[in-house]
Amino acid sequence: MTGALLRRFGPVLLGGTVALGLTATAKSEELRIGYLAPTTGVFAQVGKDMVDGFKMYLDEKNNKFGGADVKFIVEDEQGKPDTAVTKAKKLILQDKVHFFVGGLLASTGYALAPVSTAEKVVYISSVSSADDLTQRDLPKYPYFFRTGWSSSQPSHPFGQWACDQGYKKISIIAADYAFGYEVAGGFQRAFEACGGQIVQKIWPPLTTKDFGPYIPTLKDDADAIFTVMVGPMSLQFPKQLAANGNKKPVIGGGPSYDEFVLPSMGDEVIGHVSTLQYSAGLDTPKNVAFVKAYRTKFGKMPGYYSETNYTTAQIIDEVITKAGGKYPGAEEFLKMLAAVKVDAPRGPVSFDATRNPVQNIYIKKVAKVKMFGYPNEELWNTVIKTYPNVDQFGQFKKDEFMATPVYSRDYPPCKFCN
Amino acid sequence: MRSHTWKILMVIVALAAVAVVVPNTNSFIILLVTRALAFSILVMSLDILLGYTGLASLGQAAYLGVGAYATAILATKYHIGLGWDFWLVLLIGIVLGAALAAIFGLLAIRASGVYFLMITLALGQCVWGLAYRWNSLTGGDNGINLRERPKFGGIDLANEMTFFFLVFGVFVVSLLFMYTLVRSPFGRSLAGIRERELRMKILGYNTWLHKYIAFVIAGAFGGLSGVLWAHTAGIVSPVNVELPTSVDALLMAVLGGSGTLVGGVIGTFIVFGLREFLSTLVPWWQYVLGIVYVATILYLPTGLMGIPERLRQRRAKSGEQGTAKILAPATS
Repeated sequence: MTGALLRRFGPVLLGGTVALGLTATAKSEELRIGYLAPTTGVFAQVGKDMVDGFKMYLDEKNNKFGGADVKFIVEDEQGKPDTAVTKAKKLILQDKVHFFVGGLLASTGYALAPVSTAEKVVYISSVSSADDLTQRDLPKYPYFFRTGWSSSQPSHPFGQWACDQGYKKISIIAADYAFGYEVAGGFQRAFEACGGQIVQKIWPPLTTKDFGPYIPTLKDDADAIFTVMVGPMSLQFPKQLAANGNKKPVIGGGPSYDEFVLPSMGDEVIGHVSTLQYSAGLDTPKNVAFVKAYRTKFGKMPGYYSETNYTTAQIIDEVITKAGGKYPGAEEFLKMLAAVKVDAPRGPVSFDATRNPVQNIYIKKVAKVKMFGYPNEELWNTVIKTYPNVDQFGQFKKDEFMATPVYSRDYPPCKFCN
Repeated sequence: MRSHTWKILMVIVALAAVAVVVPNTNSFIILLVTRALAFSILVMSLDILLGYTGLASLGQAAYLGVGAYATAILATKYHIGLGWDFWLVLLIGIVLGAALAAIFGLLAIRASGVYFLMITLALGQCVWGLAYRWNSLTGGDNGINLRERPKFGGIDLANEMTFFFLVFGVFVVSLLFMYTLVRSPFGRSLAGIRERELRMKILGYNTWLHKYIAFVIAGAFGGLSGVLWAHTAGIVSPVNVELPTSVDALLMAVLGGSGTLVGGVIGTFIVFGLREFLSTLVPWWQYVLGIVYVATILYLPTGLMGIPERLRQRRAKSGEQGTAKILAPATS
């Protein structure tokens, strides 16, 4: 049915694109970028933030990277791995994109990386942070490149920071899926390496709304609580924790307190500490300008989902400009990407041999303050400490790190749980 | 009878058209049609339950999942199913689907109507739970990547066209098998159960057994479609076994027209087409899909396959009205 339809209209469409292509090449090169984000479903808002970030940079550059006209094609991956694969193939086979960007969930990243290998098309992951894509599975995916982060990257310095605060025992409560394991696992490794003890690990399922069964089981003798929550969970958990009269410090993975959810949170999160490679409250001229421009354009604070895609666009622009406004081919493109150094809103970003960013990791405390000249007191992630130029292995040696298994529900083992 | 031969001819022509036209389109269309064909085996299997036996199941994705996970686990952990033994895996998928249905059937078949719906939903969610939580086996939320497709003899299924013809072949065989099944005396007895189970019981049929066998056969085809499905996207994840996948299958069957087998296939193609092309064009594509569903239920309860019949009725009706109009002035 679709076949018949395409046969009839196919030539017309094809003719149209060829004609467009011809007129475009007559003026300047066309750079076709495929972009995958969940624009419908539970993650639609995050997906919109992702696209907005990338588009904002494109708009600033009047849709031109180094003289090349950018054709930016967005496809809805719906937060489902196999839909993402179909859409990526559509972008590659039908739209003939030069490379593709995006993908939200870790599972989506794992699904898209093999597509890049099979089709020999570069995939730039700006959000999806599954650790192993740039660690143990790296040799399998030679066309995979990451501009965002790997899940445990901010957790390694954070574990050290927790030791520095004098915490001895910490309880972990984290969403029961790969991202939760990796963020919590990285923290556990680092925290126990400097003498701390993880005394319990609780894994509520991904869509938990009622934490009633979990909160009372949090151990009394722990000095702090480490959380990794996502989506609606990150709103519910702090509320219910406060309602239960919690007095302990709460620390956690970055996306739990990302600016994407922060404005919807109440005062109960004030004082909570989290970590990530970006904070809207980062007081650098570059970031202040970014936050102001973003707020004027979209009427809200930029979170890391927008920033990382803005920066990704900036990185691509840098490479294409250096290549003379032309796509240099997959192998050359990867080499040039790896050599890029940019000064992004999140700070300086460069890349190591694992095709993963080396960047600042910020320890951030939620506070209700006035910032950047905005008139009202709002919740901001204020930066309280910066760990400069952190790679994904942090304080650990790469070889020793790679010899251990990827973080999971059971790794690192909970030695001090009983 | 003549109209029946005509219908079969139409299906054959349509199949031939797909086999000829699709390979000449671009490779993305080939991929899409391959996916739709693999999924439509599941939809047809559901139609055996929904359209012929009158049992609306909300857990059909479980069988697709079992087939798909078996394929992925065997291939990645044991390197089984990447050569000639692909056919063995196809068989394993069928057997596992049937076996799971045989277990679930014992629990589900005792109920009917909305209770059957709820039990199958619950059982389907059990399979989803296993897929999601049994990390060591299923890879949890990340799922399992299948990096290669089978290769045997001179045939390399990594080629989209070759793979399309394989799926097409399996699809045609499945269609034939299911068609024969629903037209057999066994299939007739299923229709009898759908229309009035009590009467069938009084006539001496073991209706429980009939329903149970239909349930197991549907599960077997679900497993089969799962094996193919796993290789279409190269990824198997809990999304494949979650509730929306079961609901999708049900909606596709209803959209095309349940109790027709072919209707389910048409429904599948329409939904796949709308999803892939509309979602590229507009961000609110889901509303369009929703309106299509609602409109179908409201105006075409018999699905798209019911259109010719409705047209015929309408023509007959307007004929009557025509005569009535002519008569009306005479009487006044």
